[in-house]
Amino acid sequence: MAKETPVVHVDNVTAGYLPGINILNECSLTANQGELIGIIGPNGAGKSTLLKAIFGLVNVRDGKVTLNGENITNLKANKLVAKGVAFVPQSDNVFPSLTIEENLQMGVFQTPKRFNERFEFVTGIFPDLGKRRHQRAGSLSGGERQMVAMGRALMIDPSVLLLDEPSAGLSPVRQDETFIRVKEVNEAGVTVIMVEQNARRCLQICDRAYVLDQGKDAHTGTGRELLNDPKMVELYLGNLAEL
Amino acid sequence: MANDIVVGKIEPGCKKVDPILIADNVTRQFGGLTAVDVAHLEIPRGKITALIGPNGAGKTTLFNLLTGFDKPNTGSWQFEGKNLAGVPSYKVARRGMVRTFQLTKSLNAMTVIENMRLGAQKQSGENLFAGLIQMWRGQEARITAAADSLLTRFKLDAKREDYAGSLSGGQRKLLEMARALMSEPKLIMLDEPMAGVNPALTQSLLEHIKGLKANGTTVLFVEHDMHMVRHISDWVIVMAEGKVVAEGEPGVVMKDQAVIDAYLGAHHDTDLGTMKKGK
Amino acid sequence: MDWIQTFNLTVGVILDPLTAAYILCAIGLSVHFGFTGLLNFGQAAFAAVGAYGMAIGYLTLKLPLLTAMGFALLCVVVFALILGIPTLRLRADYLAIVTIAASEVFRYLMSTSAFKDVTGGSNGLSQFGYDFFDWNPIPDGQYAFGPFNWTADQFWLRVFAFGLVGVATLLVWLMMRSPWGRVLKGIREDEDAVRSLGKNVFSYKLQSLIIGGLFAGLGGIVFVLSMSNVQPQTFVTNFTFMVWTVLLLGGAASMLGPIAGGMVFFALWVFVNEILAGMAAVGWLPFLDPAQVGQVRFILIGLALMLLVIFRPQGMFGNKKELRFNG
Repeated sequence: MAKETPVVHVDNVTAGYLPGINILNECSLTANQGELIGIIGPNGAGKSTLLKAIFGLVNVRDGKVTLNGENITNLKANKLVAKGVAFVPQSDNVFPSLTIEENLQMGVFQTPKRFNERFEFVTGIFPDLGKRRHQRAGSLSGGERQMVAMGRALMIDPSVLLLDEPSAGLSPVRQDETFIRVKEVNEAGVTVIMVEQNARRCLQICDRAYVLDQGKDAHTGTGRELLNDPKMVELYLGNLAEL
Repeated sequence: MANDIVVGKIEPGCKKVDPILIADNVTRQFGGLTAVDVAHLEIPRGKITALIGPNGAGKTTLFNLLTGFDKPNTGSWQFEGKNLAGVPSYKVARRGMVRTFQLTKSLNAMTVIENMRLGAQKQSGENLFAGLIQMWRGQEARITAAADSLLTRFKLDAKREDYAGSLSGGQRKLLEMARALMSEPKLIMLDEPMAGVNPALTQSLLEHIKGLKANGTTVLFVEHDMHMVRHISDWVIVMAEGKVVAEGEPGVVMKDQAVIDAYLGAHHDTDLGTMKKGK
Repeated sequence: MDWIQTFNLTVGVILDPLTAAYILCAIGLSVHFGFTGLLNFGQAAFAAVGAYGMAIGYLTLKLPLLTAMGFALLCVVVFALILGIPTLRLRADYLAIVTIAASEVFRYLMSTSAFKDVTGGSNGLSQFGYDFFDWNPIPDGQYAFGPFNWTADQFWLRVFAFGLVGVATLLVWLMMRSPWGRVLKGIREDEDAVRSLGKNVFSYKLQSLIIGGLFAGLGGIVFVLSMSNVQPQTFVTNFTFMVWTVLLLGGAASMLGPIAGGMVFFALWVFVNEILAGMAAVGWLPFLDPAQVGQVRFILIGLALMLLVIFRPQGMFGNKKELRFNG
């Protein structure tokens, strides 16, 4: 079971892209060591923005973000990578003209000496990446690219992994594989914070989840609690799965 | 139910009772790779058909070919009995076959309501001279009313005056679908319309799609959300590696072992949280 | 340093007919680039076609002046079609390259000695078009107010030139708020999206090219009327880039942009020239000789254009929000 040490703490953060328009409004989130945290919610609620606020990709106007107690608010992304935080964006997440192996090399850009050891670890989780290491990433399908993107993030041996809709656009079998792999990565000790539109699957595998609505953390609970809460089903999950 | 859709045996490329679109021998190659190789395909009129299949199966390429956004190597197809092969994309849209895009094309530096108005096809003011003479006001009012009603349905009414570029990814997808509906198409082809759309909103929009069918619109959509497919589609077509490999009613197709292996996955109905470590 | 003269010259240029000519070219470019997203780097060519069209129509074809102007505009339409039909189906960058080339090709055609009889070759055509002043309804005399001091003819020329500016601005305003204008703005954002909504994108782009070209052609006509001559070396690439600077300074997709941009640009142009000349006269610029002082202006223009694009791409009247979503 996860220890109760907050690894990532988002404290009443207000943030946005355009001046004067806030996407996040005093939003808070806590991820403890080794937890798998899900972020779900309606469109435009600020899920991706919350992830980007943690990773320094959006301007945090109020509140703060801490990593293991250290203030990282608005710290540039490259500094966060050095601190062991990895981010996998939803799209444009591989270098299409580079091979799979070269993409993974880009992952250890800051610590190139660790390539071999990390490559072994990542291909242990994604054996296909090892088998097809010389294939150009641009020739891969969507699901395969997701694998490469996540593999690249894992190359830095992160303590925190931020995932932005990892299952987006994938066929059902690939989606299931993705969720299973995320769970594997988490079980290896990586704290994972995951934004998902496939709320059901996300809640099935996560320890705790936050439901964002209009830029605020409107609801929180364990994955199971939220899955079985009729109000959550009505507002966010829909009950197509049961029909 | 299959009886009022299909003529004869149910198999890939089977004949339909009342097809709105018939395609023959459509192929598209990119270098050495065959992206699409559809021998025969018929889309039933007035029904909701789902097109499913793994990534890279050729679904979007097929959409592009049928709607004139790409040129096939071979092939011909008829829409409402009229030949469409070689017809430019804008004419295909004017004939009533409208499509949305997998990677959303919202017109970012225009407001949501302007995006919607652009979707209408019956605005004479879009002609230069008619536009200058100012006789288009009445049409504009009608178009705006239709746009507002659709925006409310898609829960985008609050964003009416905002620039489309300021919407979230899912909201832009909804805008594109709403905009495509402005022209009252005969056949609407939706490429992953619910990708990135919150499940509760997806559920309410499915009712709207059923409403389209009630109005006589034929719907063809690509989706990965099997709950959605099972819930609203009358017919399912499965593509893999450029070919149509299966067709049928949703319940039947989704139990097909080949489809499960290639596409749905064995864990399809399992709760992933209850799976033991290491599968 | 004669500050009074500097002031008079600086403010005086605001209502100069050449300023109006550039403003008309910039209005044309606002239709091309500001509203439709067409990368036209040959606006000089459209102005040149208008200028030479009128000159040749009048001198060679012996058409009455007004008809010659109509002939000039017809030439602009033909030129736009020749340019547009092959290239508008291609990517935006191709149009950019082709327009630069077309501009230079046209200029060479006008200056080559092969057609000297019609075009006047590198000397151009001069001393014509005076009938224009026969149309002058303003009574004879001198008209002076503030820094402005014009004869009746000069006054009439300005009324005509800025009248055209007013009409052009009004037309653009009417066009862009109509559904036709909306289609253009959609094309600027994403052509395929607009095609999927049933609009013939190629046709709209061609219409935009023609209309923007016509405004520039009118600019060329004003040029010729004010100089009573037309020369190929007027319509070099410098001309095009000055039009771009005027447009970006004012705001690429705005109504007042070209007018404000033109007036401010030329006021600064004159002012800087006066300051530099004054500084040279007093000996503050020992490292430059008098000829080079004039050239410094061009360096400053280039610098200003770069800074504009970097720090204030929307110019004076542009809409910053619209620009934010590019790319």
